[in-house]
Amino acid sequence: MIEPKSADEFVVVSNGMLGYGFREESLHDAVAAGVDLIAADAGSSDPGPYYLGTGRPFVGEAMTKRDLKLLVKAGYDSGAPLIIGSAGGAGGDMQVDFLVRLLREVMAELNITRKVAVVRTELDKATVQDALADQRIQTFETNHPLSPDDINQAEHIVAQMGCEAYWPALRENPDIIIGGRAWDVANIAALPLLKGYPRGLTLHMGKIVECGSLAARPTGGGDLILGRLRDDHFLIEPTHPDKACTIQSVSAHTFYEKTDPLMLAGPGGIVDLTNTVFEQYDPRRVKVTGSTFHHADKYTVKLEGARLAGYRQITVGGARDARFIAQIDEIQKSVMHKIRESQPDFVSDDQYSVTFHRYGLDGVMGAWEPVKQPAHELGVLIDVVAETPEIAEAICGLARAAILHVAYTGRQATAGNIAFPFSPAEINAGPVYEFNIYHLMEIDDAEGFGRTEWLS
Amino acid sequence: MKTLSEIADVIRSKNAGPFVVTFDILFNTKEEFEAVRAAGLINRAKVCELYNVSDNELLGFEFYPFANAIKFSIQRPVSAGGPGDTDAYGAQQHAPLLDLAALPD
Repeated sequence: MIEPKSADEFVVVSNGMLGYGFREESLHDAVAAGVDLIAADAGSSDPGPYYLGTGRPFVGEAMTKRDLKLLVKAGYDSGAPLIIGSAGGAGGDMQVDFLVRLLREVMAELNITRKVAVVRTELDKATVQDALADQRIQTFETNHPLSPDDINQAEHIVAQMGCEAYWPALRENPDIIIGGRAWDVANIAALPLLKGYPRGLTLHMGKIVECGSLAARPTGGGDLILGRLRDDHFLIEPTHPDKACTIQSVSAHTFYEKTDPLMLAGPGGIVDLTNTVFEQYDPRRVKVTGSTFHHADKYTVKLEGARLAGYRQITVGGARDARFIAQIDEIQKSVMHKIRESQPDFVSDDQYSVTFHRYGLDGVMGAWEPVKQPAHELGVLIDVVAETPEIAEAICGLARAAILHVAYTGRQATAGNIAFPFSPAEINAGPVYEFNIYHLMEIDDAEGFGRTEWLS
Repeated sequence: MKTLSEIADVIRSKNAGPFVVTFDILFNTKEEFEAVRAAGLINRAKVCELYNVSDNELLGFEFYPFANAIKFSIQRPVSAGGPGDTDAYGAQQHAPLLDLAALPD
């Protein structure tokens, strides 16, 4: 049971991940009770650099379209604007184009027309090179100062836009905005900020609702969530009747995926939660007061870039022999030695890397694994990344043959060391990318940062 | 002796951007949180030992009374999803915390 919207509150219903699915009744009930904004996040850096590197969407077309159609219909029926940020996962131009295409299809299927703005945030390399030359690039979590080569090597560079970049579009009263890469919070907070709601509370509410029902209990079974903003507080309320927000679920979500839970840094400054108070307003809702905002000296946006790291060929198998498992470290060294002495003459050592993922030992945690005792079976995934697909194939083939037949102390099973489930045992896994830009860029014009276009 | 998993409600890890994994330990009640804090068994040095990382790599180990939470972060050896990474989302790095001694008898 969702409370009807009152005249003095700004109500947003938020979808945490476009295409991950939500309960249709939740959207219906939220919109029926009254909303001022429907917001959806369509992206994240979590699925990894591949999507930014290739420009491909990371949520499939069918599910993206399913969620999109429901949200577009809800916006049409209610009159509330719909803002979708970080289109297609990484929010680059190709992913924006993907979502725009799906939006056109959805509007045609619903037989409606909507006023649609597109705000792009992919950057050309010259813009970033200029910023680097002007010393407007800041290094933070990578501990790696940006170089001109990093910029040249990146396949795509996007920036997480702040709230202000949505304002030029929002001032024209659009029905729908498709955003490129955006700070998750901006999709929710841009409109209420423009309407004059206090920045600290508005951004804090945005941070809590940007993952949908993750801020409610029980978690699992993703759903929507409501933020109800007033001048001096906001309420968080689940849309699913079986879920509830508790002080713990809301306060804890405040720092989900953040390193400092009391100081939430974003474009333009920091949300300060030092004096924030969480109260159980009623059994399903939590009230939040006291969050403030400090403007930064320089307005910054976070850059993300991904470069091609090589081409991948993998092989996966398992070992069941305890002596083999106990000697896996030495066996790996023997395999690497065998590869080095047998590799084709056109290949040099620095053209490839070989990673052994050892499931049942430390495959999940690598160097962070404190348990040194292996299980009775050992899964071995050999991951070769090389400059060319041909080198990856050659080295992976050598690695497979070597680990299958390598001798080790006490070996009695001389016919083969590894059980391969597949024929062929090797899989070409295509190009591999890595994040090579994750830096802050100072900008002068926060409102003019995005490139706003209107669909005709 | 009680382990962290017997007392805490949520014990999780997750990327905070591609270069950092952040860990949250959340308690249901103020009493449980304060008891673990007072016992002092969960601390910076213990976490460094458990994950085999240096103090420099451990970012911001803190107790947060407002959320009945302990939080710390670790710099990743390999960026998320890059060659050599083991956990692109960083979502399965919490497990060693489950069995950590949190309260004495």
